[in-house]
Amino acid sequence: MSLDFSPAAGAARPWARIRAHALTEARMVARNHEQQILALVIPLGLLVGARWFGGRLGTDIASMAPGVLALAIWSTAFTSVAISTGFERRYGVLERLAATPLGRTGLLAGKAVATILVAAVQLTILAAAAVALGWRPHPGPAGSLALMVGVVLALIAFTSLALIMAGTLAPEVVLGLANFVFLLGLAGGGLLVPLASHPDVLRPVVGALPTAALGELLRGWDAGGAPWWTLAVLAAWAVVLVLIARKVFRWTS
Amino acid sequence: MPAPALLVDGVLVTFGRRSALDHVTLQASRSRVTAVLGPNGAGKTTLIRCCTGLITPDAGAITVLGHVAGSPAANELIGLMPQSTGAWSGIRAVELLAYLARLYASPLDVDALVARLGITDYARTPYRRLSGGQQQAVNLAGALIGRPELVFLDEPTAGMDPHLRRHTWTIIRELREAGLAVVLTTHDMHEAADLADDVWILDRGRIVIHGTLAELTRDASLEDVFLSHTTGGAA
Repeated sequence: MSLDFSPAAGAARPWARIRAHALTEARMVARNHEQQILALVIPLGLLVGARWFGGRLGTDIASMAPGVLALAIWSTAFTSVAISTGFERRYGVLERLAATPLGRTGLLAGKAVATILVAAVQLTILAAAAVALGWRPHPGPAGSLALMVGVVLALIAFTSLALIMAGTLAPEVVLGLANFVFLLGLAGGGLLVPLASHPDVLRPVVGALPTAALGELLRGWDAGGAPWWTLAVLAAWAVVLVLIARKVFRWTS
Repeated sequence: MPAPALLVDGVLVTFGRRSALDHVTLQASRSRVTAVLGPNGAGKTTLIRCCTGLITPDAGAITVLGHVAGSPAANELIGLMPQSTGAWSGIRAVELLAYLARLYASPLDVDALVARLGITDYARTPYRRLSGGQQQAVNLAGALIGRPELVFLDEPTAGMDPHLRRHTWTIIRELREAGLAVVLTTHDMHEAADLADDVWILDRGRIVIHGTLAELTRDASLEDVFLSHTTGGAA
């Protein structure tokens, strides 16, 4: 069987390339069971636990739900991106795609769209589950505006942190370290536990973390407020981490 | 005389104090197979990474089909078959090729390419479950799907059984006949002698000898020429 290999090279339109990459990468995430556990199983477990056993632990679905949504963004934009990108670098996926019309810029754009896509599906499922379990948020218009800006800033900051790790370390190290940092953010990063519940001496430190800023933003939105200070924290982290990622990220292992 | 498809001019790449490429100059032309040979660590993969823009040389210039290496205009005209795996572990061969096809304006038909490269039987198998040779065949298909004018094949037959290797050689000859410029790295001297029109031998980051295959093998086999001009990793 013959095939005409004569050259007819040319790039598809930019959005078609980015969409193709985003859908492929999102499909790979959906197929990865470990990432599903991080993205859905753990947050759903926390919501169910808060609903049925929260009273014994001094919490309930209303106070737990905003933090769980923040945790979901943290897991998708940081942990999943760090691990998947680390192995893409090891497996030569980045090297191959950098030499296609997608290019490095398109690859990062496609990765960003994939992350937003996965986060949107994840947040929809978790928010629906939380509402089904009794959560009733009370957002105001200013808070919703702050939330939209803040979530974008958080996605940029967390993804940049993921790329710093994935672009400089061996994937096996990234796998362990990203899960460890995920747990640090969960336990002590102000995602689930409100800033007001921390000891006075720790509040300035925890409050300066991007994870705590996102947690407080969601809790403030849930209560009808608009904690603008969280946007300043997230914006500062986003700028610093983007600059570092641009400087240190390596495409090959 | 037509302009070369690939022109590498005095390229210097240093990693710390070590020169990975030491003022390398070479070229590759359309309708010819250009073999770049060298022992492990000679700089072959670094050279290809420079040509695709992943590494920026410290000095010198690389022109790919009239464009600066690594530029969007250059990258839409080339195909790359990387030495390492080059795919997500969970993706199926046909999914990978369909995805890559969507990056190009006029790609080859995925089913026809799958059939021509003998991938059909494992087209729906996850990449991680393929043998090394099967992965290489998928990687070759990925390099060709966009109908490139210049294709880089970094050790294309490593891990292939003799049947698959011979089939890949046939494909590479078809690429040359179709007018592509083929840049090939390999450790297999028989492969290079069978396929190459032009040969450049790298050793420790320097081009130590080059010429047409006929010129280099006038008095000795290509393997003897290679051995007499290179030091090897153990030296």
